[in-house]
Amino acid sequence: MARISRDEVERVVALARLSMDEAELTRAQSDLLAILEYVETLEGLDTEGVPPTSHVLPMPTPLRDDEPASPLDPALAVANAPEASGSAFVVPKVIAGEEEG
Amino acid sequence: MAAYTSLRALRAALESGDTTSVALVQASLERAETLEPQLRAFVWLRKEGALADAAASDARRAQGAVRGPLDGIPVALKDNLVKRGERTTCCSRILEGFVSPYDATAVERLEAAGAVVIGATNLDEFAMGSSTEQSCQGATRNPWDLERAPGGSSGGSAAVVAAGIVPLALGSDTGGSIRQPAALCGVVGIKPTYGRVSRWGLVAFASSLDQIGVFARSAEDAAFGLECLCGHDPRDSTSLPEPAPDLSGRLDGDVSGLVIGLPDEYFATEGADPAVLDAVRTAVGELEAAGAKVRPVSLPHTSYAVATYYLIATAEASSNLARYDGVRYGYRADQVESLTDLYFRSRSEGFGAEVKRRIVLGTYVLSAGYYEAYYKKAQQVRTLLRRDFEAAFEGCDLLATPTTPEVAFPIGAKTDDPLTMYLSDVYTVSANLAGVPGVSLPCGFAEGLPIGLQLLGPALDEATLLRAADAFQRRTDHHTATPPEFP
Repeated sequence: MARISRDEVERVVALARLSMDEAELTRAQSDLLAILEYVETLEGLDTEGVPPTSHVLPMPTPLRDDEPASPLDPALAVANAPEASGSAFVVPKVIAGEEEG
Repeated sequence: MAAYTSLRALRAALESGDTTSVALVQASLERAETLEPQLRAFVWLRKEGALADAAASDARRAQGAVRGPLDGIPVALKDNLVKRGERTTCCSRILEGFVSPYDATAVERLEAAGAVVIGATNLDEFAMGSSTEQSCQGATRNPWDLERAPGGSSGGSAAVVAAGIVPLALGSDTGGSIRQPAALCGVVGIKPTYGRVSRWGLVAFASSLDQIGVFARSAEDAAFGLECLCGHDPRDSTSLPEPAPDLSGRLDGDVSGLVIGLPDEYFATEGADPAVLDAVRTAVGELEAAGAKVRPVSLPHTSYAVATYYLIATAEASSNLARYDGVRYGYRADQVESLTDLYFRSRSEGFGAEVKRRIVLGTYVLSAGYYEAYYKKAQQVRTLLRRDFEAAFEGCDLLATPTTPEVAFPIGAKTDDPLTMYLSDVYTVSANLAGVPGVSLPCGFAEGLPIGLQLLGPALDEATLLRAADAFQRRTDHHTATPPEFP
């Protein structure tokens, strides 16, 4: 029987960089419980010695010639940014300034 | 354009001068606009650009420089494929306002073949769903019954082909998102072998499962569409180093000697509609009458496929969707206090409920302490599922199954129960896990709603799937039926 505590749900939601209110957390917990209970069917299957699939088809390592190519124009690369300055993405300050300590 | 005119007939009309690309595109745009209030299938239409492209196609034709069988043909994209200078939102608020600086390879190849993109279609947010209800644009309606879902996640593309707006549309299939809506909307939908079509420019959901494919009204039209998308692309390292196959040239109507396997497990699913199973058996009988040999086969791990799929798909989704951080593109929350606050609030306000549900599950199964129990276990079961197919294809050329356990369901019927919704893909997810190609084609009706026959083949054998599908359509007329409200 799958068990997932409210604390665990809150931890995973935070790991996923999401925030949820009480109702959403309750719903997330019950959805997770139902889905994890369902996927527990896999536990009964013997997979001893079975290699996990890494690629569905046997493929050689893709190689390409070491030739220079034009990168995306930096102006285009930041064109979709909610906030940009020149060719840089603007984000809130992550290091406190002198005046702040 | 009539609701169903084959690409062959459209091409003949263009060649003879009976019509022009401008006339075809104009007709598609007008039909799209007329039906949109009922269908709600498009996210955007590209009127001026499409008409300009159509005029360019007519000019090429006048100069004897036709690019290929799709030159001048109106097509639609799923709104998770990027086109330079156009919006791509994946029907998510988090990609609000995104305008692509480049073309997806599939779009580039369609246009290189002369096709004219008229617009982008609705989908479940980030292609996560089986009904096209989980979209920030609202639900798309099934042309056969406007109270029912078209399936998903490529429900918009399936609906616009079924409603006769375009003869060809692109979709993406991660767990059945082309084949399931094709079945519920009564059109042909093909998911090729994993790696056949470059995923460059397809917004990633679950990278080891995602594959681009096409919707059309007939197997022949699907072949014309798919063959121009295939072939190696150095920009996608999972793109197969195989040349594009000749698909349309191998449709000879002959299935004699072809061995079709019927997987026992697909016909013994609890809750499957007996009318769907009967229609599929009748369709297989039709192929048998045409000279194919039919034999039972077993895919013993089938009952584990949906659980395996949801573990792998959500794990990959949680990783892929980490890029939506409110910094580089799309939605950013207002009045944030810190960088961390920006991430949390932008993602929480930008993603919809189903996407959050899958991100949380994916994060959980990949988190410390659970990886071995869930993700690694699922990848081991995936190996067993792949081996099932390999063993089955030792004795069969293709497998025939239902595409879905039931016909189109009412809008809202499954939205509160994610597990029930996930089981809509019970017959389709295995092909994604194994990487093999699959096609769904109309094979009958129940309660006036279309039923889909799914054919699955070994890797790289799309040609046999389409040859069998075409042979079936030469002997039957299910694919020519049109929704009563949209003749």
